[in-house]
Amino acid sequence: MREREEVSVLEIRDLHVTVGEGDDTKEILRGVDLTVRSGETHAIMGPNGSGKSTLAYSIAGHPKYTVTGGTVTLDGEDVLAMTVDERARAGLFLAMQYPVEVPGVSVSNFLRTAATAIKGEAPKLRTWVKDVKSEMDLLEMDPAFAERNVNEGFSGGEKKRHEILQMRLLKPAIAILDETDSGLDVDALRIVSEGVNRTREEGEIGVLLITHYTRILRYIKPDFVHVFVAGKVVEEGGAELADKLENEGYAAYVKDSNEAAAAEVARA
Amino acid sequence: MSDQITGTTDLTTQPSTLAAELFAPGVGAQAGPPTTPADSTAVPAGAHSHGGPAPTGSPAERLTSTDPDVFGVPTGREETWRFTPMKRIRPLLDGAASDARLTWTTDLPEGVELTRVEADDPLIKGLPEPVDRLAALTRQRANGADVVRVAKEAQLDRPVTLALTGTGGDDVVWGQLVVEVGAFAKATVVLDHTGPAKYSGGVTVIAGDGAQVTLVSVQDWAPGAVHGGQYDAVVGRDATFKQVVVTLGGDLVRLVSNVQYSGPGGRADLFGVYFSDETQHQEHRLWVDHAVPNCTSNVLYKGALQGEGARTVWIGDVRIRPTATGTETYELNRNLVLTDGARADSVPNLEIETGEIVGAGHASATGRFDDEQLFYLCSRGIDAETARRLVVRGFFADVVQHIGVDALQDRLMGTIEARLGALPGLDDQPVEVA
Ligand SMILES: Nc1ncnc2c1ncn2[C@@H]1O[C@H](COP(=O)(O)OP(=O)(O)OP(=O)(O)O)[C@@H](O)[C@H]1O
Ligand SMILES: [Mg+2]
Repeated sequence: MREREEVSVLEIRDLHVTVGEGDDTKEILRGVDLTVRSGETHAIMGPNGSGKSTLAYSIAGHPKYTVTGGTVTLDGEDVLAMTVDERARAGLFLAMQYPVEVPGVSVSNFLRTAATAIKGEAPKLRTWVKDVKSEMDLLEMDPAFAERNVNEGFSGGEKKRHEILQMRLLKPAIAILDETDSGLDVDALRIVSEGVNRTREEGEIGVLLITHYTRILRYIKPDFVHVFVAGKVVEEGGAELADKLENEGYAAYVKDSNEAAAAEVARA
Repeated sequence: MSDQITGTTDLTTQPSTLAAELFAPGVGAQAGPPTTPADSTAVPAGAHSHGGPAPTGSPAERLTSTDPDVFGVPTGREETWRFTPMKRIRPLLDGAASDARLTWTTDLPEGVELTRVEADDPLIKGLPEPVDRLAALTRQRANGADVVRVAKEAQLDRPVTLALTGTGGDDVVWGQLVVEVGAFAKATVVLDHTGPAKYSGGVTVIAGDGAQVTLVSVQDWAPGAVHGGQYDAVVGRDATFKQVVVTLGGDLVRLVSNVQYSGPGGRADLFGVYFSDETQHQEHRLWVDHAVPNCTSNVLYKGALQGEGARTVWIGDVRIRPTATGTETYELNRNLVLTDGARADSVPNLEIETGEIVGAGHASATGRFDDEQLFYLCSRGIDAETARRLVVRGFFADVVQHIGVDALQDRLMGTIEARLGALPGLDDQPVEVA
């Protein structure tokens, strides 16, 4: 049984997002509806370029994306009105598909600064060091990583472990994991998945798991699966939907979506 | 024609590591139009690597002389002076003789001797020659040299520190220092410049065979100070020479650092950081001359600029002569423009006259904060102001950590952080991620 100390709800309603400016403006998200509650794990699956990362970044507040319509709320609070750091402090976490290298900033300094910001006070040094060590242990990360610069020279798999390490330490209410599985070998996939599962078992987290492949869903069982095509959710179901995608791929959805788009163009 | 490359020539071969650097390409370069075709001024991001080039000739020799008149009086249009504000350096270029000295406070560990030699001493005659009028005037006016000698095979238990403090006044202080490190000795020498001064100082480091020498030169001058200088290193067989130049204070600082190798197997690492505030002019010109086989050079200079009229110049010349087979060289200059109205010039220049080298490359970039880095930090709850500080601190720490003297590193990072704190309107700047 999961214990829910606090129930959080992330609600996305009719979200429209564009990239680019002027004539280059391109609508990527075209009306996304999604609700993620504490204790739930949602998988978002979709083909390359369908807008999955755009959804993740828009929720986190990346400046490259412009929200042109719809709402995002966390426990009723307007997420879109918050700065990037406020969103994180409100309980949102994004494990990025391509984590950024920050030269000259050590992992340990970064983690401690982030934890201080999220908790509103510096964590007690003794317990903090112990926590970081044991989480790194569980993710099978060499302690030497603590002294290295953030993501600098990390392999793809090491970057993903580092993302999950941050999730473990920052304890968000809702975590969005953008293709955390990509670029991982089988062992790393298991280790990272166990990290996510530990957090789920501890109770209160809601997970939005973005993935292209069903592979990770064998380790992290989703409660809901959303098929994401051309900037919106086109089908929803339980874990069994992932099996269907595994067998049939996205072809049918993409075709439907292309036809719908063509019809829209024809109507106009 | 030699294979002469500047940062403008090729933007297509950027090593992937560049993507990890601090810059968003194409943002915030505060440069005017290039004044000569070879000028790669404030290129957003440029990198070039050379594996086996086809050399076709050799460029003109560089003029060197101990006679100031050989160089003529600079007008400011010369290649070597065109970036320098002539009015502000004029007091030095006027070359008036003086007896003014900086105040020396020294810390000399066991195995180190500090002496003085006269102008006619053979040691002086054997030094690398001045490369511009100011350096030649300095050699003449200094009238001899202060010499730091490290005995051969000495392993110093702490750095040699020469704290050189300006005492103000209008007289120019002329100085010539020679650091002679014997074979297989290991030494760190710190020149710590503070206070108000008009100072022109030559510094020559002679690293004996197999010696390991670190020269740190800190320019933490008081406001208004003017400092010119030529630094030479003669790197012995299998010796390693590391130079760390840290320019923070003063009104105008113009340092020319030259490296030559006296035997094969030498290695030179030239590190530098500079931080130019409102109206400060900081100019660092490097010249690495590879003329013997199997030597390595590695250059990393990083600078930040803030405030109206902040100005930095970085020129990185590397020449690989036909005899210098097996050479490996890389140079990198990064400039972080923190506010509008600042200008960074960056001109890497590589001349390769033999195809038989291990590798040669350079990169140069000038830009604003990288939004992706700020976004990443902010997405972990860190406020934009703190994120900026972390990024800039990291930017400098990357170089400062090469000094290897903890107390000095801490002091310099503290100074840099205080300067960042004084950044006018850091809070009000457009922070796109916020
Ligand atoms: N700055 C931009 N300018 C133009 N198009 C962009 C920009 N950023 C993203 N896009 C486009 O938006 C679309 C959605 O991209 P996004 O990264 O969200 O897809 P994704 O579903 O995450 O794909 P993947 O599975 O490859 O990670 C793509 O067609 C992409 O090319
Ligand atoms: Mg993606």
